Amino acid sequence: MAVLSSQIAPSSQSFKDNADHMRGLIDRIGDVAASVELGGPEHARERHLSRGKLLPRERVRRLLDNNSPFLEIGQFAAHDMYGGDIASAGVITGIGRVSGRDVMIVCNDATVKGGTYYPMTVKKHLRAQEIARQNNLPCIYLVDSGGANLPNQDEVFPDREHFGRIFFNQANMSAKGLSQIAVVMGSCTAGGAYVPAMSDETIIVRDQGTIFLAGPPLVKAATGEVVSAEDLGGGDVHTRLSGVADHLANDDAHALALARRAVANLNDRSVLHADLQAPEEPLYDPEEIIGAIPTDLRTPYDIREVIARIVDGSRFDEFKARYGNTLVCGFAHVHGMPVGIIANNGVLFSESSVKGAHFVELCSQRKVPLVFLQNITGFMVGQKYEAGGIAKDGAKLVTAVATTAVPKITFIIGGSFGAGNYGMCGRAYSPRFLWTWPNSRVSVMGGEQAAGVLATVKREGIERKGGGWSEGEEADFKRPILEQFEAQGHPLYASARLWDDGIVDPRKTRDVLALSLAVALKTPVADTRFGLFRM
Amino acid sequence: MFRKILIANRGEIACRVMRTTRRLGISTVAVFSDADKSALHVEMADEAVHIGGAAAAESYLDGKRIIAAALTTGAEAIHPGYGFLSENPDFVEAVEKAGLTFIGPSASAIRAMGLKDAAKALMEKADVPVVPGYHGEAQELVVLAGKANEIGFPVLIKARAGGGGKGMRLVEDPKDFGEALSAAKREGKASFGDDRVLVEKFVASPRHIEIQVFGDGFGNAVYLFERDCSLQRRHQKVIEEAPAPGMTEEMRQAMGEAAVKAAKAIGYSGAGTVEFIVDGTDGLRPDRFYFMEMNTRLQVEHPVTEMITGLDLVEWQLRVAAGEPLPLQQDDLTIDGWAFEARIYAEDAQKGFLPATGTLSHLLFPEDIARVDSGVRAGDTITPFYDPMIAKLIVHGPDRDTALNRMETALMRTEAVGTTTNTAFLAALCRQADFAAGNVDTGLIERELDDLNTVDPVPDGVIAVAALACLGPGSDAGAPDPFDALGLWSHWTSPKRVVHLISGEDEHELAVARLAGDTWRISAYHGDSGFETQTIELISNRDGSLRVASGEVVSTVRCIRDADRLTLISNGTAYGFRLPDALVGDVETAEGGDRLVAPMPGVVKMVKVAAGDRVETNAPLIVMEAMKMELTLSAPRDGIVAEITVAEGEQVSDGALLLALEPQGD
Repeated sequence: MAVLSSQIAPSSQSFKDNADHMRGLIDRIGDVAASVELGGPEHARERHLSRGKLLPRERVRRLLDNNSPFLEIGQFAAHDMYGGDIASAGVITGIGRVSGRDVMIVCNDATVKGGTYYPMTVKKHLRAQEIARQNNLPCIYLVDSGGANLPNQDEVFPDREHFGRIFFNQANMSAKGLSQIAVVMGSCTAGGAYVPAMSDETIIVRDQGTIFLAGPPLVKAATGEVVSAEDLGGGDVHTRLSGVADHLANDDAHALALARRAVANLNDRSVLHADLQAPEEPLYDPEEIIGAIPTDLRTPYDIREVIARIVDGSRFDEFKARYGNTLVCGFAHVHGMPVGIIANNGVLFSESSVKGAHFVELCSQRKVPLVFLQNITGFMVGQKYEAGGIAKDGAKLVTAVATTAVPKITFIIGGSFGAGNYGMCGRAYSPRFLWTWPNSRVSVMGGEQAAGVLATVKREGIERKGGGWSEGEEADFKRPILEQFEAQGHPLYASARLWDDGIVDPRKTRDVLALSLAVALKTPVADTRFGLFRM
Repeated sequence: MFRKILIANRGEIACRVMRTTRRLGISTVAVFSDADKSALHVEMADEAVHIGGAAAAESYLDGKRIIAAALTTGAEAIHPGYGFLSENPDFVEAVEKAGLTFIGPSASAIRAMGLKDAAKALMEKADVPVVPGYHGEAQELVVLAGKANEIGFPVLIKARAGGGGKGMRLVEDPKDFGEALSAAKREGKASFGDDRVLVEKFVASPRHIEIQVFGDGFGNAVYLFERDCSLQRRHQKVIEEAPAPGMTEEMRQAMGEAAVKAAKAIGYSGAGTVEFIVDGTDGLRPDRFYFMEMNTRLQVEHPVTEMITGLDLVEWQLRVAAGEPLPLQQDDLTIDGWAFEARIYAEDAQKGFLPATGTLSHLLFPEDIARVDSGVRAGDTITPFYDPMIAKLIVHGPDRDTALNRMETALMRTEAVGTTTNTAFLAALCRQADFAAGNVDTGLIERELDDLNTVDPVPDGVIAVAALACLGPGSDAGAPDPFDALGLWSHWTSPKRVVHLISGEDEHELAVARLAGDTWRISAYHGDSGFETQTIELISNRDGSLRVASGEVVSTVRCIRDADRLTLISNGTAYGFRLPDALVGDVETAEGGDRLVAPMPGVVKMVKVAAGDRVETNAPLIVMEAMKMELTLSAPRDGIVAEITVAEGEQVSDGALLLALEPQGD
């Protein structure tokens, strides 16, 4: 295979400036991650611990195999939403190894508002289940939640993608043969009671876990019956009398060991479905990636500098290198797994779009997973290009990306604007995973363009009425628009709303990509049937 | 010379004999019991014959089946090794009657030395010095106690047919004589089928020095110098050496000539050992050694003699048995350098040297610096049926200091995992000041036992590596699946795990965090444990060895995981850890409580009390026999026996409930 040759000198001033700039962005995200890792406020954590319970992240760690990675999903969910202290939306989700099997873990954090479900909590829980369903992962629910967050009930209860969907998914995943295992380590009230009840195998912790449709206060209000939580729906009741749970655990650690045992009995081992090569480190250090990215999104750079720091041996077999060269396509291996890479290297023209569609066809026929490196301002505009049919050529790429059956993994490593987001497999195109970099921006168009469009419309209106509009007035008009696009395009704003699966430290792009591929490739790739390509 | 011989033994000695036969081009037939189907000696032999059940009495002691095996396979001679039938004159006669050759002395020579009192009388007649004692026929308590008084306490009671410390009791106080006598008789009966005993003077500050002799069928006999076997524990040899420290040429000649005299007195042919007790109070003096007994076989410790003489004693045995004269005369024999032998046993030095069992999940000997005579390999099981010896390490050096250093190093580099071994104890013994200076006597080990068994607390650095080893970092680095290859990994913050380790009485809950790449931090999970936070750089984890750097120091630590046990070998010391299984609840323990449990697998020999009896603390309650040793289990406290759950003669497993006391407070 062809080895990429980097043109970047790590000793150069521009490299250092780039690296410093990116490091600053990374540190900002790292600080948020560190605070999110703590979970709820200190008093809530202390109360949790004083009951002999393990903190949720510790539960996840003890559930996982000792030597296992944990690919966390939606770590920044609900960041700066609902008043700002709903760490990770009150639920930790991610993929890791349990008893040698890759599983999806969904773990409530009772130290965050009692583990209640905010709208983003529901969205995150459903996203975790979607990943599990797409990639055939058994699900383990570590339940400790007060159920729906009542003040937000209208945004968590009634709709199709709301609370009820959790149980719909459980039933349908179980039907698909994907084990649903629940460990009840705290409250499991009302609708939440269906998580353990709908699970294939359920463990409950003595004197901690409770499952009931109505808690003691509601029971008293409804019927006047006075009963303790433990007598109403504790571990003893459910493992001895009701049969709602299957195993009684002494404490959290014991419960997690029982969950590990349950996974060990799944009779279902994960294997990678691909023509694997021996893994090999890139020739160029992935740490250097941060020196390759200019500080300004508008500054062009060669995307191959990024590819060289992600793929095995920095080897990349480019496809149609001489044609439509604003889109770079080619084959490589990541940690031994074959991939087809589609990466932006400028604005999309008709040629680049058609080349991209062709490459998606190639990968689909060969069942090679696709990796999109997205840094796109959009499709080329102007009379010449409209007349050249850029809309139909763009549609070819969008059709190919939308209908291919191979796993798609998208990284937004710069701008993601307009229809470019579609052609490069944005969230709406259901990539198995979508990750962003700290420097990325997602919006319908760039803030400058949006402000410019709106200002032009405004100026035309004023001038039509014979009025005048000074440059200063125009700048004042544009500023809030720029600020809005800047705030809403920020990766934390995006990640908080689960428009992606998480923000990635660019230096860990290779690791995250390898893990994402390893999840996706454990299911055989299906045959593709494309939609109609407009010719 | 023989074309084919049968080896009527097992374990290291069978393998040892085969090394010589192989070199001499003689084929070998091994015999084996049910328990030894896949043993090393069976694998090494050209042919092997199954001879019965696991219990020695049903196999290795069954002379008829062994002779039948020899006849079936066409073996011409039988090598008995040591133990089992090696000193059984009836067996020798049966072998000869079957037309086969016994590789060893004649039945009459064995008989002459077999009964110790008769042997001593014979030696006295032959002008060999003996220890004062009573070797008469009378066996009544009153008579023997009277004789003991005449000789003067302390005295030794010994089974007349005994050897190897079995059926032997030291009595320092006349009031203990009765109890000791019955124990010696019981053991004698059990081990040798003969409960008769003798009583003799116990020599203070005694050294055990023995002379290797060899005789042939032509009336020739030579001595191959001495071995000092003074390092003993309960009359079991622990480390042997040759020559003896402080030995003079005059003394050596006197002892050697006395030993040759002893051998010639009984017309001895083959390898034999004449054991002397030497009063070392004033150094070694030619007038202060006494004949103890003669062992009419090849000794366990024969390799030290081989190392200093450069000879192969098994070859000599074969040549003499085949009718050849002794290969060398006395004047041809010289001593070259110094040799030590240490016996590695599956036993727990910390718990009174209780024999241990288990499967050797890992076994590695330093064969580059030591001769290793072993009958087991990794994967083999040490069963309760036979002697729990794992191996003998034998080292040689130009002088005593060099040889002893080599022995210590060899012991530190011996890696045996899966059972408890005495290597740490043996290594400590090599460092013991008196032994290192050559000031040995048979009481040294007992006297220094506490020091020898002192265990330093496990260093925090070792605990940290153990915790890291539990995570298995880096072991899958080249694996195709990144979920294996990346190991402990998370995105934005340091990934970590909590590891629970038990080392002896100490429990450790440790947080192991991966800081960056290969740097790990191990700290106490609970702040107040006293564990000092360690930062370790992992260099590699290959083939079960972790190569780590702590500060500027790089070291390699071998980590062997076997179910819930983790053994670390760091800098020559083995550290055992247990990894508690979160699925196993705490088992009720019996320590200091109401229950008496079997400390090891064995047979209940005697139940000394009945339900309802009132007992005092330390009163003997149950006598167990295990590994042919008697073990008295005493009352943990004053109380009333509530229940006895076993019967005499019952085989019990390790940890089985034997007896319960009524709960306290009634």
